Amino acid sequence: MDLLTREYGALHSISGPLLFVQGVRKVSIGEMVAILLPDGKERRGQVIEISERHAVIQVLETTAGLSTTGTRLRFSESVARMGLSPELLGRRFNGAGEPIDGLPEIIPERWVGIIGSPINPVARDKPAHFIQTGLSTIDGLNTLVRGQKLPIFSGSGLPAKEIAAQILRQAKVVGEATEFAIVFAAMGITFREAAFFLDEFEKSGVSEHTVVFLNLADDPTIERLLTPRFALTAAEYLAFTHNRHVLVILTDMTNYCEALREIATAREEIPGRRGYPGYMYTDLATIYERAGRIKGRSGSVTQLPILTMPDDDITHPIPDLTGYITEGQIVLSRDLHRRGIYPPIDVLPSLSRLMNLGIGEGKSRADHRGAADQLYAFYAQGRDLRRLAAIVGEEGLTEPDKRLLKFAERFEQEFVNQGSEERSLEQTLILGWKLLGLLPKERLTRIKPEFIQTYYKG
Amino acid sequence: MQRPLEAIRREQGDFIGRGVVVPALSRTKRWPFVPSVKSGDRVSGGEVIGVVAETPRIEHRVLVPPGVSGKVAEIREGSFQVTETIAALDNGTALTLIQKWPVRTPRPFRERLSPTLPFITGQRIFDLLFPVAAGGTAIVPGGFGTGKTVIEQTLAKYAQADIIVYVGCGERGNEMTEVLADFPGLVDPSSGRPLMERTVLVINTSNMPVAAREASIYTGITIAEYYRDMGYRVALMADSTSRWAEALREISSRLEEMPGEEGYPTYLATRLANFYERGGRVACLGSGDRQGSITVVSAISPPGGDFSEPVTQCSMRVAGTLWALDSDLAHRRHFPAINWKRSYSLYMASLEDYYRRMVAPDWADLRKEMMALLQQEEDLQEIVQLVGVDALQDPQRVTLELGRIFRDDFLRQHAFSEVDAACPLDKQYWMLKVIFAYQSLCRDLLKKGRAVEEIFSLPFREELGRMKEIPVLGFTDRAKELMARMDKEREREVE
Repeated sequence: MDLLTREYGALHSISGPLLFVQGVRKVSIGEMVAILLPDGKERRGQVIEISERHAVIQVLETTAGLSTTGTRLRFSESVARMGLSPELLGRRFNGAGEPIDGLPEIIPERWVGIIGSPINPVARDKPAHFIQTGLSTIDGLNTLVRGQKLPIFSGSGLPAKEIAAQILRQAKVVGEATEFAIVFAAMGITFREAAFFLDEFEKSGVSEHTVVFLNLADDPTIERLLTPRFALTAAEYLAFTHNRHVLVILTDMTNYCEALREIATAREEIPGRRGYPGYMYTDLATIYERAGRIKGRSGSVTQLPILTMPDDDITHPIPDLTGYITEGQIVLSRDLHRRGIYPPIDVLPSLSRLMNLGIGEGKSRADHRGAADQLYAFYAQGRDLRRLAAIVGEEGLTEPDKRLLKFAERFEQEFVNQGSEERSLEQTLILGWKLLGLLPKERLTRIKPEFIQTYYKG
Repeated sequence: MQRPLEAIRREQGDFIGRGVVVPALSRTKRWPFVPSVKSGDRVSGGEVIGVVAETPRIEHRVLVPPGVSGKVAEIREGSFQVTETIAALDNGTALTLIQKWPVRTPRPFRERLSPTLPFITGQRIFDLLFPVAAGGTAIVPGGFGTGKTVIEQTLAKYAQADIIVYVGCGERGNEMTEVLADFPGLVDPSSGRPLMERTVLVINTSNMPVAAREASIYTGITIAEYYRDMGYRVALMADSTSRWAEALREISSRLEEMPGEEGYPTYLATRLANFYERGGRVACLGSGDRQGSITVVSAISPPGGDFSEPVTQCSMRVAGTLWALDSDLAHRRHFPAINWKRSYSLYMASLEDYYRRMVAPDWADLRKEMMALLQQEEDLQEIVQLVGVDALQDPQRVTLELGRIFRDDFLRQHAFSEVDAACPLDKQYWMLKVIFAYQSLCRDLLKKGRAVEEIFSLPFREELGRMKEIPVLGFTDRAKELMARMDKEREREVE
């Protein structure tokens, strides 16, 4: 190894997290660099740009204290890679893939570059297995399916992590006991939030099936760009080599995007909307697209990224671009949260694009689709009427409208507001039909008559 | 990039590595070729010299490449690999089954034809309210979750076209898998063959290289042009053009070009217009009067659902039909979530004649009446928002109810319903007739002094709601029978 390394001292300038080096030859993009300080300490960096005269190195830790004189760079001729073995399970790493649980490095079965390659679309298998999360709003109306990427759009102060933890605790594929694993990647979250998840893993006894990557708020920002890639490399390995069903939690994607912006501005790139780089869509896609199933392999990668919408704004570039890539979204509402409803999931803007693949005859229940559509329609109408009632008063409404208003209220209080209770899909649908019973049978035009016959109770 | 994904999978496994090279068309497969010209015939670019049965459904017409002409010296029948010579011209040019064409250059044709035929989609809101002509361009801008991809896929399944080219440009891998898994199993209602036999997929998922994404749209349109030149009606589904424009932006910023609006290069509008203009209905080169068309349906993903961004704006300047998606409608699960106030179609006037002849003379009138009703309902809704339903007079209540019927029971169409996913023009027409019959029944009964609540609780209202689930076969009879019963109800009151 040592024969291949080359050292350079011609540091030209330092700007933000970037080092500019002159006259470097035979380097490649993504190559890892050791930065040797005059006092003998070492930091790490990665080559992100090469031109005829310069190479740009992004320093993974802080650049504070670096000087252009006396600092030397050692190029290692290898791109960021990660050692993989089943021993990963139960271990804890930092954002750069180094163990931080006091145990030695794992002995890798193989080394893999963390950037990953796209799955060939013809090799992908269609997601088809319904994951029961025990939450009515998700199971009933926005079903999660194995191999899906379904982000939670949260706002600051909303209980996204509680919901994620509850899903982790309760998620199962009905009638199937399989080997599962959890990969948890923390990017720029506080120690308190990370501790919450670690506690949760401990309490529910899943720690030995969990791989944890922690990049906390006070860890180097730039490492954040690598953290999700380490996590997904581990997840793909566990899923497609060891046939596990892997659930990946990425939190918080907002911090990731901010790190991306930081690098982009330091490189003096043309900023896109709100200063985020124009390639953020592509960059996020290389993370989110690493989910799915592959034909002939029994494992799967399901992603549950969490992001905080700045100022609860769903049109902000981060949630916006995420929504364009992921297969739906679960949106939390501050309004519901204020009214003490848990989980405060606002079903109207929420969506699961793969829902149709996971539900229906033989998967959940034949009436699932129709019942979900009808609940949606009534709740949307009820919400509109609520605004109207605020102006003209409830007395100004017609009798059918009053019923819709009542439906919306009970829908929030009973269907959405379930607390920490775990509901099976059966229970969710029974509850749904009970609520549909508030309205006359003739109004249920989105459900097939035979299902109304079977399930409707006025 | 025109790399065959199946072949790459055989060579590389389930993940796509870098730098794989596989020929786009199999060099070993043999195709049966039947010539249609004899030696001694004079041929020029675009001439059909023979056919190959590409799939049981599509007859692949082998063309003389544009720019080549001469007398046929020799032509052979039999089974050939794509690179083997099937014919030779007297000037020494050898013709093969394979042709190469630079994707960025439009393929030539004889002349453009005006768009007088509709591109029939089987979707009520498109065919009736905002039609697009065969050879026209429709754009579908919408925020995430408003159903762009579902619309593109529904059109790919049910629209009347000979060939569908579906360009998945920078979109989700799982969605592409769905297309790959569903299409071979779906049967095309018009021919009874699997849909896959008329479909070409160009796939570039969002995590594949950006440069390939920039090329994928051109690859798609060139394939479309090639089939157009054979005289087919081709529909190109581009999902989504925004991702292509973003790829353009990314490449442009790497080239350190001066950015225009939102970082897009200044030539964005030109490139977009060039691309859209490669669609159209044309008379093909060569002898005979073959006509082909390319209808472009382009999905656009404006950031934040804001239509003022450059890609949407540039596309709107060129496209003849705008199907504006609306996230409010999508949130209440009104699909297709097309906002009928913002959308428009510039082809209406040139298509009216076709509808008059092929469907019914009063088609255009019914359409106008319906639009007017929707507008009135909208105005009334504003009043209701202020003072409540009670303040309205009974005839206005009928208008309000009719608006709801149009919205919920006519315009809404479930893409995954067995019966209603595609709705032929005839059924659309009779549905309209029934709804208008219901309107006049309501108004007549009101005049006779019956209470508005009572009228609405007649069973007809629920029947209208279930109308779309009635199978196409025999629908006209059912509709007429329903209208007869409405007449009876009117009579009953007279006694």
